[in-house]
Amino acid sequence: MMLNKNAKLSDKIFSTQIEKAPTRDGFGKGAVEAGKADTRIVVLCADLSESTRAEWFEKEFPDRFIEAGIAEQNMAGLGAGFAAAGKVPFIASYAAFNPGRNYEQIRTTIALNEANVKVCGMHAGVSVGPDGATHQMLEDIGLMRMLPNMLVIAPGDAEEARKAVIAAAAHEGPIYLRFGRSPTPVFTTAETPFSIGKALRLSESEKPQIALFSTGSLSYEALEAAKRLEEKGVGTLVLHMPTVKPLDEEAILAAAGKVRAVVTVEEHQANGGFGSAIAEFLAEHRPLPQYRIGVRDQFGQSGGPDELIRRYELDADAISRAAFDLAKR
Amino acid sequence: MSVTDAETKRLEERAEQIRETIVEMLVAAKSGHTAGPLGLADIFAAFYFHILKHDPKHPAWPERDRLILSNGHVVPVRYAAMAHAGYFPVKECLTLRAFGSRLQGHPERLRLPGLETTSGPLGEGLSQAAAMAYAFRMDGTKQRVFCIMGDGEQDEGMVWEAAMWAGKQKLPNLTAVIDRNNIQIDGMTEDVMPLESLKAKYEAFNWHVIEVNGNDIAAFIAAVEEADAIYEKPVCIIAHTIPGKGVPEIEFDFHWHGKPPTKEEGKRFLRELRSLNGKVPHEYA
Repeated sequence: MMLNKNAKLSDKIFSTQIEKAPTRDGFGKGAVEAGKADTRIVVLCADLSESTRAEWFEKEFPDRFIEAGIAEQNMAGLGAGFAAAGKVPFIASYAAFNPGRNYEQIRTTIALNEANVKVCGMHAGVSVGPDGATHQMLEDIGLMRMLPNMLVIAPGDAEEARKAVIAAAAHEGPIYLRFGRSPTPVFTTAETPFSIGKALRLSESEKPQIALFSTGSLSYEALEAAKRLEEKGVGTLVLHMPTVKPLDEEAILAAAGKVRAVVTVEEHQANGGFGSAIAEFLAEHRPLPQYRIGVRDQFGQSGGPDELIRRYELDADAISRAAFDLAKR
Repeated sequence: MSVTDAETKRLEERAEQIRETIVEMLVAAKSGHTAGPLGLADIFAAFYFHILKHDPKHPAWPERDRLILSNGHVVPVRYAAMAHAGYFPVKECLTLRAFGSRLQGHPERLRLPGLETTSGPLGEGLSQAAAMAYAFRMDGTKQRVFCIMGDGEQDEGMVWEAAMWAGKQKLPNLTAVIDRNNIQIDGMTEDVMPLESLKAKYEAFNWHVIEVNGNDIAAFIAAVEEADAIYEKPVCIIAHTIPGKGVPEIEFDFHWHGKPPTKEEGKRFLRELRSLNGKVPHEYA
């Protein structure tokens, strides 16, 4: 299995020494960097500025940080209003509430209205851990990718999250950005290319049989699975897709043309999210057998992030099992 | 300071033109809301022909005052007022709600220049208006922001989130106008979900509140002038209006909240409107 050299990935991939950081840290850093470059940027938060890392922006630019209080519906409307007045607002809270609580406000005042608002959903997925099911948002990708005019980005690590925030600030139009709470491996580097709508090929075997399409921080698990599969004689191609919408159709078709089956990977409901988006696209353009790694029509529960990733079969073991089964079919 | 009698008379004539256009467009559309738009005709005449700093030929002029319509279902009154003010031809009003029209059943900002927001789902205007007012204060610019809401709309929790936030920010350039016509789709507001004491509620949220007869143009303009003079708080004008105002047979009747007149009813309404105000009736008479 060959890592893609052009991806300029971390030289500590597969090492226990690989740096770990939560993708929300990338939000904090990216917002500060974008805020330095563009004074139109404002950050709104709903009483969670420390845990969303909005506080990092607040420290740097107190006059451009706006506390919305625990009122996510109002925060969405405020975002649309700031955009109408020429600002570039990022509205940040937990994904369970933003977009979970304020979905209709986002639909009407941001998506239909094409307001230049960046909706930032933190603490997505079961890896939130001990807070339990109420706070483990697993439906946000599905909700947001259904909205016309809305782009959806789930960065793979903290470094990519930083780049995604900077790219989102420069993009005119509504975007949903998804971040996680728990530290995950930082497998990309400052040199790794990122642009909205582009997939990143992480690795490719000499004779790939299975394509692993992955979004968010589980892409590192997909890469780990690819390594194990190679050892078992199953060739793979790993395509990391931080942009869930619009899909990088060209990259998907190129990968699909080389393999017999597809495994999709996401920390989200298997129904309606990234795996569904891939299935919809392939069904119309190049039908292939597919297995969707994701939470299977259940809510999460309290526990440690790693325990939960394992319990809901989202880890490298589960990914390699699914790919192995498809390869032997 | 108040408006002259001559100016009031001019604005009353504008309100009457707006009412006529509302009835004509609703008859043509065969669906839509009747009572609210008629009740708001005086306030919209006051805004578009006296209060607002705006330029119908340059709807995107950055210095313009912002009029946010939160209760989007009453948009026929805005379309009619905009058309008479010169934003687009009055005859285009007859395309209301039709396929391909810029005049959507509920207003969409991106479809018609001069609309400030997309609205219809209730409760969302005040948040947007408050953020605009905040942004203009950040930038040190002078635009005023007005937000028109329905009274039934006050049932929405988001309104109070926005009211709390705007009260906290003490926005001097924000004025909310509540169309207090006491009706909503299922009946009288005080039966569906009591709102009183509405004045005390806004005051408790750190707003300055003015109550006024919303069908008295001179009194409404005086209330806006008072709002302009209040610096330390956002202002809420509770404008008491008569739903269906101008057509005696439907005034105060909540059944007319969400339905349009038929062609026959439209003819009768226009006759009532015109005869009441001593105008020479034309083809509908």
